[in-house]
Amino acid sequence: MLKKVLTWAAPITLLGSVLLSTASLAEEKSILVQSTTSTANSGLYDYLLPKFTAETGIKVNVVAVGTGQAIKNAQNGDGDVLLVHAKPAEEKFVAEGWGVERFDVMYNDFIIVGPPSDPAKVAGTRDAVAALKAIAASRSLFASRGDNSGTNKKEIALWKEAGIDPKTGSGDWYRETGSGMGATLNASVGMGAYTLTDRGTWISFKNKSDYRIAVEGDKGLFNQYGVILVNPARHPNVKQAEGQAFIDWILGDQGQSAIASYQLDGQQLFFPNAKK
Amino acid sequence: MPDASAIADRRSWPEAADPPAPLGETRGLVYRPSDTALIDGIDLKIPGRGRTVVMGPNGAGKSLLLRLLHGLLIPTAGQVLWGGRPLDDGLRRQQAMVFQRPVLLRRSVAANIRFVLNLRGRAESAQVSEILDEVGLGELAHRPARLLSGGEQQRLTLARALATNPQELFLDEPTASLDPASTAAIEAIVNRAHARGTKIIFVTHDLGQARRLADDVIFLNAGRLAEHSPAHSFFDNPASQAARDYLEGRLVIRKPSR
Amino acid sequence: MQDFSEAFGLAFRLVLSADPDLLEIIALSLKVSLSAVAIACLVGLPIGTAVAMGRFRGRTAVIILLNALMGLPPVVVGLLIYLLLSNAGPLGWMRLLYTPTAMIIAQAVLIAPIVAALSREVVEQLSTEYAEQFRSLSVPPGSAATALLWDARYSLLTVALAGFGRAIAEVGAVIIVGGNIDHLTRVMTTAIALETSKGDLALALGLGIVLITIALSVNAAVMALRLTATRYAYA
Repeated sequence: MLKKVLTWAAPITLLGSVLLSTASLAEEKSILVQSTTSTANSGLYDYLLPKFTAETGIKVNVVAVGTGQAIKNAQNGDGDVLLVHAKPAEEKFVAEGWGVERFDVMYNDFIIVGPPSDPAKVAGTRDAVAALKAIAASRSLFASRGDNSGTNKKEIALWKEAGIDPKTGSGDWYRETGSGMGATLNASVGMGAYTLTDRGTWISFKNKSDYRIAVEGDKGLFNQYGVILVNPARHPNVKQAEGQAFIDWILGDQGQSAIASYQLDGQQLFFPNAKK
Repeated sequence: MPDASAIADRRSWPEAADPPAPLGETRGLVYRPSDTALIDGIDLKIPGRGRTVVMGPNGAGKSLLLRLLHGLLIPTAGQVLWGGRPLDDGLRRQQAMVFQRPVLLRRSVAANIRFVLNLRGRAESAQVSEILDEVGLGELAHRPARLLSGGEQQRLTLARALATNPQELFLDEPTASLDPASTAAIEAIVNRAHARGTKIIFVTHDLGQARRLADDVIFLNAGRLAEHSPAHSFFDNPASQAARDYLEGRLVIRKPSR
Repeated sequence: MQDFSEAFGLAFRLVLSADPDLLEIIALSLKVSLSAVAIACLVGLPIGTAVAMGRFRGRTAVIILLNALMGLPPVVVGLLIYLLLSNAGPLGWMRLLYTPTAMIIAQAVLIAPIVAALSREVVEQLSTEYAEQFRSLSVPPGSAATALLWDARYSLLTVALAGFGRAIAEVGAVIIVGGNIDHLTRVMTTAIALETSKGDLALALGLGIVLITIALSVNAAVMALRLTATRYAYA
């Protein structure tokens, strides 16, 4: 009988300790940032956040998903701060009352990467729209995120500018992966497709194989990141003070210079541009 | 082996000093799971004391009769009564059964006994070892039950059945796959239980065993009662042709007449 | 493919270095999945036993349902739990989203049907063996259920192991409800997904090798226990 009690007691005790330990975690001073895979995968947060935590004692938990999903999660109140890169969607988020106010934080740029064989003959060009036209005309493979992320929204805008509906080639030369940036890059490398990526993810991406940058330097490839405090009026659970502290810090001198000083392989990945 | 009077004392009836001997009875008993009646209208009166042996060729319905008497099967028609009352859960709890193939819990020998004692709301380790000693398994108390030899396993199931203090003990060919020594041990235990007043109802194919044990014999053939006689008259001068044929080893199984 | 040799070397170095971050991730993986197994057993074993022993209308339908639920897609479970635990969801007030507890809940939901369906089979098999003897002894249903569960304990351990294997290996549910937050909800599988998305395939594969090694060790330990039990004819 005692043996029986013991066999059942073990998992129950374990369970109890688990619930208690997670409860205590919730007591810690922390905020939740809904952000994008591009910033998280670049390693920026690993560099930035310990500095903020050391100064304020506030731990920052980052959920890295596509911009579309990050905004959706924030609308559900599952996060205190939103840090993403799709300005029109962000402004809509604020206008609808989900966020308090949007601030520019930093930028980098998008690039089009492609295989060394360069079937669309776009390597070394600057004009992104012209490059997309050439890719479509040659029916060269193009991998799209297809996940409503910031990068995806940018890509769709560029196709629109080019006057091309790539969906007509969907499944043929236009391949929508429905995945994050890294997964889409892996897929591109795997099938020899061009793809649009932010420079940060590209620099830190480790499975480049023989891929190279085909198109860069176009003004239209500018990639602006913005930060928004989720509206406490909509979601009373939002940690307003801590969230605002994070936004103030990242827009302030310390945060901005920290962003500027983050380098990977000797290259600066993000350029701070908060308005003073 | 503890002396018999001590055992008899422990096993005396707690409620009534001298309960009336139960009398088993079936009235128009039919068991027909599908089209064919396997037990086909049996009327029986089982004496309250002694060892009743049930015999009959394969497929005669011996095991079915036992299960109907013990309430493991529900009759299609007819009635089973014990002590004049229809069989119910209360009466069933005063019965026990030993099957041809021992079914033992995946536990130690002692734990198998402890299990039934706990069911009846009392388990003392002294009692467990007493019960095991009585069937000669005391030394093996902590061995895994299912690693015992076939004979030891059957002794354990018998000890487990007797641990419930049954008024009626059913045994369904308990020694069918045992060697002579193990068979003798089982018979000895059955006889001791009988001596203490437990009603024994024993199915066997073994004529020698039947002669050794029986006080009266129920002989079934093709789901019907062919004969129910005191043992001496059954073996010396069977009343039915079927029993005569069977005893002489030339009974051909007959299909039900319908 | 140089990734393979690199991955094995990396896996060895990862384990040998006892990197605190890696140990934290392994510990959380084990904590989450073992807790989920414990809960799934608390829920699934009674259900499996009840269905195994019960004779009721619609029993076959319940068995089919349980068997089908064994194939629940982790992403769907993750999504359902996300919608429940989200601040906008009915259980948002519990503030459980993006915590290990949420991951435990999701995995428990995922594997409870596995425990229920497999334990139903195990218990039913044993119940068939014991049924007549138990009926003869007038064993009440409650005692019969406990006896069956206890006597099937070593087979049920394998059932729990099947659940554990599914829990520790799944990524779809925990990445949605846990969010793969560093030092909070990052487990082996979400770390592997992350490294894959960073294109660091060698590190991802190295972590995968570590995960497989853990799964192997747990399985080996349980099998050893079972073999001992079989020797005593208890399994």
